[in-house]
Amino acid sequence: MNSMWAVMLATLVKDIRLEWRSKDALNSMLFFSLLVVVIFVFSFDPLAEESRHIVGGLVWIAFLFAAVVALNQTWARELRNQVLDAYRVSPAPANALFLAKALGNFIFVSVLEALMTPLFVIFYNLHVLGPAWQLIPIALLGTWALVVNGTFFAAMSLRTRSREIMLPLLLFPISIPAVLGMVAGTTAVLTGENSAHFYIVLLLTYDVVFTTACLALFETILHAE
Amino acid sequence: MKRLFPILSVLTAILLAYALYLALGKGTPTDALQGDVYRIIYYHVPSAWTAFLLFFINFGASVQYLARAKASRQAAAKWIVIAVGVVGTIAAFVPRVQQQLTSYGMRPSAMATTVLMIVALYFLVGWLFPGDRLDVLAVTTAEVGVVFCTIVLVTGPIWARPVWGIWWAPGDIRLTSTLVLWLIYVSYLVLRRFSNSAQTQMLAAALAVFGALDVPLVYFSIWFFRTQHPQPVIGGGGSMDPRMLHVLLINWMAFLCFAFLVCWSRFRLELLQREVEEAHAMESLAGADAASRASLPLSRSSK
Repeated sequence: MNSMWAVMLATLVKDIRLEWRSKDALNSMLFFSLLVVVIFVFSFDPLAEESRHIVGGLVWIAFLFAAVVALNQTWARELRNQVLDAYRVSPAPANALFLAKALGNFIFVSVLEALMTPLFVIFYNLHVLGPAWQLIPIALLGTWALVVNGTFFAAMSLRTRSREIMLPLLLFPISIPAVLGMVAGTTAVLTGENSAHFYIVLLLTYDVVFTTACLALFETILHAE
Repeated sequence: MKRLFPILSVLTAILLAYALYLALGKGTPTDALQGDVYRIIYYHVPSAWTAFLLFFINFGASVQYLARAKASRQAAAKWIVIAVGVVGTIAAFVPRVQQQLTSYGMRPSAMATTVLMIVALYFLVGWLFPGDRLDVLAVTTAEVGVVFCTIVLVTGPIWARPVWGIWWAPGDIRLTSTLVLWLIYVSYLVLRRFSNSAQTQMLAAALAVFGALDVPLVYFSIWFFRTQHPQPVIGGGGSMDPRMLHVLLINWMAFLCFAFLVCWSRFRLELLQREVEEAHAMESLAGADAASRASLPLSRSSK
């Protein structure tokens, strides 16, 4: 167990340091979601009272597509210089690698969300009618839901042709319940019309089920020959 | 075996024709409220059942394919399935569950039989399709299942437009679950198409397990909304005319036979394809071997 934490921490710190120095994923994600916001502002009237009803969907669409940009780079980095092959032959536990990658992506996407949320508030003149603190568990659980499956499917699509197209094709159908929970939960909090408790429970269930499944199957995927 | 195929094809054709004849009028009354539009049910519902059955077989085959890699995992999977069967059968007769079931119009014995049949189907799949044939079965059932699921998704709106007044009800539980199931299996087929390496089978099996975990969550998430769909016909205590039910079941039998035939030929095709690929690989290996042997004396003489 100790070695697992050590490997996980080492990989996570390495990824964060690489990202800190290059800022590849974060910059492309930020610019991409900024573009999405701007396009949405042009296509919908942001002054309308209904914006509160649609903005939950817009926010999560922007984050979903931006997350795919980051997820696609997760493993590509390890393919250079055969790092992934070296990892395969080493006795280090496979799940440590997976958890480190998933946590790294979680941090990147969370940073993106923290930076982008004020922009959405400004562009759409939002003010929250429901209990605003509930947005935090929705955002955290929702981000983990996207990232844990995304990391797994990114590892899976490494073995396919045109892997950048493959990832969203695999990830989006499986993510439908999570996306529904995030969007409906955010809308519920923004409009204050109904309670978001159900959606938080739904996201929590989704996270538990798929984190378990990913941890159970990742070793098979990494070593599949 | 080979002679059985044409005989079965002829029988299926006859059965399908007879089922269509029954569905289009003979022996079935017209629905009091919906008129003749309701007759699409004879294609819609059997297709849905067939698709779900095929997807379930795909899931069973995928789990067993994944479990095959390790002996300990295989044993674990076996005991989990047996435990599910035992718990499900006992749970059906617990008074509280029994009450719940009767409120839905289902009998406890029906639930117990269903659970036992699911477990039996799981083991039957593993027993009939050993080794790599599990994966061939998974491809076959996924492809044919997607076709039947498409029929369900097309016939549904055709019926909904005159009866509900809308093509599609986004909040309906069964519509959305079926659509998500279809999307998952289409992505499964895309994965199979895009990945030609030796690991494809393992990856596809993992995706099938993820999809199976996803469907209950979709169902649970939409359960929150009110459902518009008519109540289940079988086990729902529905008010269906027994003559209609009779025709529906004959149609299902015809569809099952048809699905079986298509699966059978697709299964044989896939097996043949794999054999051909293997032979090609062996041939090129042998060719490379011979070439290297032939070139060796040449290179020596040139020296």
